[in-house]
Amino acid sequence: MTEPLLSVRDLRVQFPTRRGVLTAVDGVSFDIHPGEILGVVGESGAGKSQTGAAIIGLLEPPGRIAGGRIILEGQRIDGLTQEQLRKVRGRKIGAVFQDPLTSLNPLYTVGRQLTETIRTHLDMSERAARARALELLQEVGIPGAADRLDAYPHQFSGGMRQRVVIALALCANPRLIIADEPTTALDVSIQAQITSLLKRLCREHDTAVMLITHDMGVIAETADRVAVLYGGRLAEVGPVDDVVNRPLHPYTEGLMACIPTTHDRPPRLAQIEGSMPSLTAMPDGCAFHPRCPHAHDRCVAERPPLFDHAPSSAACWLWSSEGTRTLERTRA
Amino acid sequence: MTRSATEPTATPMGHVRDALWRAWDSDILYSFLRSPVTIVAAVVALGLIGAAVAAPLISPTNPFALATLDLMAAFTPPVWMEGGSPAYLLGTDDQGRDMLSAILYGMRISLFVGAASVVFAMILGVGLGLLAGYAGGWVDALIMRVADVQLSFPAILIALLIDGVARGILPREVHHDVAIWVIIFAIGVSGWVQYARTVRGSTMVEKNREYVMAAHIMGIHPVVIAVRHVLPNVMGPVLVIATIHLAIAVITEATLSFLGVGLPPTEPSLGTLIRIGNDFLFSGEWWITIFPGVALVLLVLSVNLLGDWLRDALNPKLR
Amino acid sequence: MRDDGHTPPLLDEDGRPVLVRLRGLTKHFDVSPPLLSRVLEGKRRRILKAVDGIDLDIPRGRTTALVGESGCGKSTVARMLVTLYTPTDGDLIFEGTEIGRLRDRHALAPVRRRMQMIFQDPFASLNPRWRVGRIIAEPIRAHGLMDDGAAIRRRVAELLEHVGLRATDADRFPHEFSGGQRQRLSIARALASSPHFLVCDEPTSALDVSVQAQILNLLRDLQRELGLTYLVITHDLAVVRFVADTIGVMYLGRLCELAPADALFAAPRHPYTRLLIETVPDLRVPDRDRRPMAGEVPSPLAPPPGCAFHTRCPLATERCMSERPAMIRDAHGTVACHAVEEGRLPDWTPAQRTAP
Repeated sequence: MTEPLLSVRDLRVQFPTRRGVLTAVDGVSFDIHPGEILGVVGESGAGKSQTGAAIIGLLEPPGRIAGGRIILEGQRIDGLTQEQLRKVRGRKIGAVFQDPLTSLNPLYTVGRQLTETIRTHLDMSERAARARALELLQEVGIPGAADRLDAYPHQFSGGMRQRVVIALALCANPRLIIADEPTTALDVSIQAQITSLLKRLCREHDTAVMLITHDMGVIAETADRVAVLYGGRLAEVGPVDDVVNRPLHPYTEGLMACIPTTHDRPPRLAQIEGSMPSLTAMPDGCAFHPRCPHAHDRCVAERPPLFDHAPSSAACWLWSSEGTRTLERTRA
Repeated sequence: MTRSATEPTATPMGHVRDALWRAWDSDILYSFLRSPVTIVAAVVALGLIGAAVAAPLISPTNPFALATLDLMAAFTPPVWMEGGSPAYLLGTDDQGRDMLSAILYGMRISLFVGAASVVFAMILGVGLGLLAGYAGGWVDALIMRVADVQLSFPAILIALLIDGVARGILPREVHHDVAIWVIIFAIGVSGWVQYARTVRGSTMVEKNREYVMAAHIMGIHPVVIAVRHVLPNVMGPVLVIATIHLAIAVITEATLSFLGVGLPPTEPSLGTLIRIGNDFLFSGEWWITIFPGVALVLLVLSVNLLGDWLRDALNPKLR
Repeated sequence: MRDDGHTPPLLDEDGRPVLVRLRGLTKHFDVSPPLLSRVLEGKRRRILKAVDGIDLDIPRGRTTALVGESGCGKSTVARMLVTLYTPTDGDLIFEGTEIGRLRDRHALAPVRRRMQMIFQDPFASLNPRWRVGRIIAEPIRAHGLMDDGAAIRRRVAELLEHVGLRATDADRFPHEFSGGQRQRLSIARALASSPHFLVCDEPTSALDVSVQAQILNLLRDLQRELGLTYLVITHDLAVVRFVADTIGVMYLGRLCELAPADALFAAPRHPYTRLLIETVPDLRVPDRDRRPMAGEVPSPLAPPPGCAFHTRCPLATERCMSERPAMIRDAHGTVACHAVEEGRLPDWTPAQRTAP
């Protein structure tokens, strides 16, 4: 296995509030390898966006990293000052968010925003930067890029704006792009264009992508590996095909089963009863135990660590060395 | 991310206890206790308002009872100065009126005029704003253009104009009797635009929300929807404006009275007292004007600070 | 179910009783710049043809779905149906009554009692300052169905339990509930006046998938128990596949294909339907080497002439650019496409999707 590009170890993100400290991300660990697309899925409140924000250093106050390490190319980036972070951001990590309008300055032309970003990170003349900006717009598939360089963000459609944002993220040839729900605000036919663009760029530039989304369909078509979050904790991580078709964690199992598909029409959808606990009322033990059909005494009392069952790992007592699932598998 | 951090309250609790619990548990109380300036402002404001309301009970004399006036005691300085008397803690004015009593009663009148004009402006502004925002179209255009025109004049000018018109059309004796209501009307009319603009804006947001559509589909009368559904949801910012407007209204009244077009000297507000005292400022009897002035400043400042805090506390973006 | 006695029940082409009939339903919005700008700057009037002539029969007791991307007019249709918008033109017949041109509140009241709507955003569809009990009782009071306080409370409790909540929840405020629970509250309110017809506008788009399954199952159970007719508006094809019996696909204010759900997914005919079905990522059968179709939805303010889809259509010909195709019905469904009519539509080969 190659050296991971990004290594997150035991990450904790907390929000101090007057009702006490809310732990939005609680002991999450994963690696992203160069050129890999890691999907991060979970329902709202699962901590997926906070994980991404912690990595690029854009946690909204009063949120803060309360523990763990984030290591990018062997260098710790969790304790950096805002000034140092700004250099990492853009130079080494690019970001793409759900709403392209918030990432673009409405008062500047697209070309100016691109050239400025390029010159902030790379030592380039104005003319060279402009040439590169044009190249980038062509690369992300904006038709008539040369004419569109001097257009303002509002003159682009939603899908085209998201392409511009991706071009901005690519300015300095970063090694990692963090894409937080990049397709959620777009129509289905445009979504497919954006995900395949991300995939192509990732392949051509050997850029890794952390793709945060709630849409399992997008993950299934785009990601190489996937991390499933629940209640701020990592439930399961593994290759996308295994997680979708051979899930280990009962939550992943339930999640995959309750997603409707266009290929058949069951009389009923499988459903997980209840809803995810709020951060203020996180149960003891395994966060999923109140909704889990397999919960037993240990799940209520003790929080499961991540058990490795190659190729995936899951935080579930069923998969501990004496867990029933493990025994079934060894017997089989 | 966390859509609602509020824990469900225990179900068997009664409505009253439930409401009390929510007030205690609310973010507003929390932000109040975290701001020392606000606490001081609240104590000062409540103290002054309480003293004004209770003036007939706590003030040493009744400054309106001509029989108790003692011209011999005129221009008595405050008690800690030479010639001061324990009977007149803050000294007396040119007619021997006890300044402390006059201030307490004056504050009472100032606050009454202020509060009544705020209520008047609020009813007018909220009503017109709701109508404009909810009805839209030419009704909206008409109301808001009137508001624009009015905003191009200073509020004090409008109040002066209304007062002048009232003086012109009312016989002298009648005007004297209704002067206080004329002032309330004048200040109220000059202040409705703020309310109307704010309420119109929030109404236009709320009326497109789905709970309002749901009520429409049920066939509920638009006026009922506006009052029952929209109104309660646009009142938050109105409270903030009302608090700050109270301070402005008190100042406006004081200004009018200072200019001599406000309340008659028989019903002296703080502004009237300051005007009267102003004549003696340079002859050494500074207390006649300074003490009412200090009371006015304290009142307005503390109410303003409360309003500022309330605005921040109700705005989730600043929290 | 109430029958209108004097009017013979409407039947659709398959002989099923029709609850709602739309004929040439049209809604135009005037989005012109203000008069002053038009006069001074010579700007022109602009008319947004949100819905441009739709014919649709919604059969009783079944689920009809309208799908399409943003700006296709599906929500506008829904809002005309529940009398939020007045149609610019066309007929809207609900249980035998023409309601599109009905403006009088009193005449509309009995119709409104029999139709309700479920909204997309469970955080905006409940008045935040009202207790749940009052919210759910609102339709009962508005239609004067009961006036005894105790009876209303009993009915509210019954409704709450019907949608999977507790009777004691009536005393709580909306903000104390999760998104899925709020959507249940919304459903309970919609059921309060015992309607026949529910319009569901993106009922699960704002919900997490595990909660979405709960709500979709609940809607299906309620339909079976109460014999409800649904019109579901959504952009999510997987949701449509699960809920719908009949599916109408909309593009730029017009219907381009209308067919039974099974037929539509087995053999979609309109090129736009095919594009949609092909581009939806599917969890079970992912297409990891997708070649997405280029192009975007044109602005509804300036729709292309002829067939609105011709700018993106691989089968477009001269005729498609100039002549608007009519909806033509045959054994498989109804479709508005010159290629289908001329018999030059290629066979449907779902992209090289193979089960893993």
